[in-house]
Amino acid sequence: MWLYFLKRILLGILIVVVAVSLLYSMIHMVPGDPVKTILGPRASPELQAQIREKMGLNDPLPVQIVKFIGRVATGDLGEDVFKRKSVNTIVFEQLPHTIYLVLAGIGWAMLVGIPLGCLSAIYRNSMIDRFAGILSVSCIAIPTFVVALYSVLLFAVTLKWLPAIGAGDGGFGSYISHLILPAFAVGLGWVGYLARLVRASMLEVMSENHVRTARAFGLPEKTIVFKYVLRLAILPTITLIGMGIGILLSSAVFTEIVFARPGIGRLIYDAVTSRNYPVVMGSVLVTTILFVVSTTIADLINALVDPRVRTEG
Amino acid sequence: MSDTSVKAATTEMPGAWQSLWRSLKRVLREPLGALGLVLVVFVIVSAVGADLFAPFEPNKIDIRAKLQPPSAEHLLGTDQLGRDIFSRVLIGGQIALKVSLVSIGLALVIGLTLGLIAGFGPRWLDNALMLLFDSVRSFPTVMFALAVVTLFGPSLTTVMIVVVITQIPIYGRMVRSQTLALRDAEFILAERALGAGFFRIIGMHILPNVVGPLLILASMDIPFVITIEAGLSFLGMGVRPPTPSWGTILNDGYSYIYNTPWPVIAGGIPVILTTLGFTFLGESLRDVFDPRLRKEI
Repeated sequence: MWLYFLKRILLGILIVVVAVSLLYSMIHMVPGDPVKTILGPRASPELQAQIREKMGLNDPLPVQIVKFIGRVATGDLGEDVFKRKSVNTIVFEQLPHTIYLVLAGIGWAMLVGIPLGCLSAIYRNSMIDRFAGILSVSCIAIPTFVVALYSVLLFAVTLKWLPAIGAGDGGFGSYISHLILPAFAVGLGWVGYLARLVRASMLEVMSENHVRTARAFGLPEKTIVFKYVLRLAILPTITLIGMGIGILLSSAVFTEIVFARPGIGRLIYDAVTSRNYPVVMGSVLVTTILFVVSTTIADLINALVDPRVRTEG
Repeated sequence: MSDTSVKAATTEMPGAWQSLWRSLKRVLREPLGALGLVLVVFVIVSAVGADLFAPFEPNKIDIRAKLQPPSAEHLLGTDQLGRDIFSRVLIGGQIALKVSLVSIGLALVIGLTLGLIAGFGPRWLDNALMLLFDSVRSFPTVMFALAVVTLFGPSLTTVMIVVVITQIPIYGRMVRSQTLALRDAEFILAERALGAGFFRIIGMHILPNVVGPLLILASMDIPFVITIEAGLSFLGMGVRPPTPSWGTILNDGYSYIYNTPWPVIAGGIPVILTTLGFTFLGESLRDVFDPRLRKEI
């Protein structure tokens, strides 16, 4: 068991290292001199040489990568040369907004998706099940940014119920009201994912021996569903959410741009449009690390709960 | 030897077609499968015939007729430059389908090759490829796309590069696991003992077993690719203006959402119909041909 944990964590670290190296070499393989991009074409050769030395661009690429990974490992993501601010500060200012958005999105999706999946499983092959099935597939298929746009059109422009732009004026109530539509857009697809997963895993658990025994003992259906089936069937959703952080972050990018919300997606978008390499690198890195950490944790929880996973190697 | 195998292939053909037809009927019997097929055929026909169906030249500017609601002349209204949105939606669909087919095709070929290498090659190569796949998959797709756009600048090619790179690991992994499962199967060992070469084993035994599930997986990826293309174009990081794309139509429309809702409605509906159509069809294809895949997704 501890061996599996250790192996899984080491693999996680290795993945981050390879991902960082890929990203770094990609950025430095591009034609064009990063120093010239930063300073502009008219900078004096002395200044260029000075910056190049400072950025460590004179070392061979593998050395640069090792140095870069070393810096990242100590928690230093570099400096935004345009604003002369550390990338850490910039990223961690924006990150909470994205985390709130993602949590709110996944939260409402769980509140709707899990009961929907339960209903489908209990009334299998009924009209409810069919309807829930179509609803789930549709929720999954429709892209987040289209959902976001249509919800702006309906709830903000036409009905004028909710604000569409920004993150509010700083007050708690205003922050919440500005969070509703973006969270709706981020969560909608997850209603579908969760409903399907819960349905499938409940059907699997329902056919197991201990449930049959519980039925044979004459326990009420309610007790069986809530006490024996749901408790086991809910476990795969943890893994799904852990694995889904990547999808969640991707949909957060679109949502933050449609709703002009602050957040890491907005940050990356702005950095990309202004070709601000250090900020792009820093924020892509932070999201990648977030993703790898959450998949690793999901795997570990899974291994803790389900011993079969551990022995697979 | 080659003579008999050719004969076997030709006599098998009608049977293969028959079973294909039977499967198709099973897809059609399910309401969602039928709906999906109808939508997909509709999308493909309108994309292939876009140049014929489009009533206007998609980039023709007519400022006097800007931001009009739908009418008999402009079925979906006009945008802020007075361009006919219906024509732009048609041509945009053509571009979206082209991007999906080309990039998924490329990713399939590369993923298949790498998967076979991982499955047949030495252990260290297998491990290295798997680590590479996992690392590539560890970037959230859109973040990765944005990083690539920073480097290469926004263009249709960039969109395709992103799709190819993010899809290769999915196909590669699948081919690898199928190859590993088959590699040591008894009938393959027997064939090897008879002196069959590497390419014969791959061509005759591995490929036929891998291609079916791979194609189903690929057909289910089409909505994903269409979303990526439309999404990046919506962010102004895909198709360059004035080329029409569903994403750019939505982006233009969003800037004028308080003046008129029609461009946003018109740009979103084709995206929704296409993704729904391909998803419905893909899911029923999967259920009919290979129910085992259901677990993986």
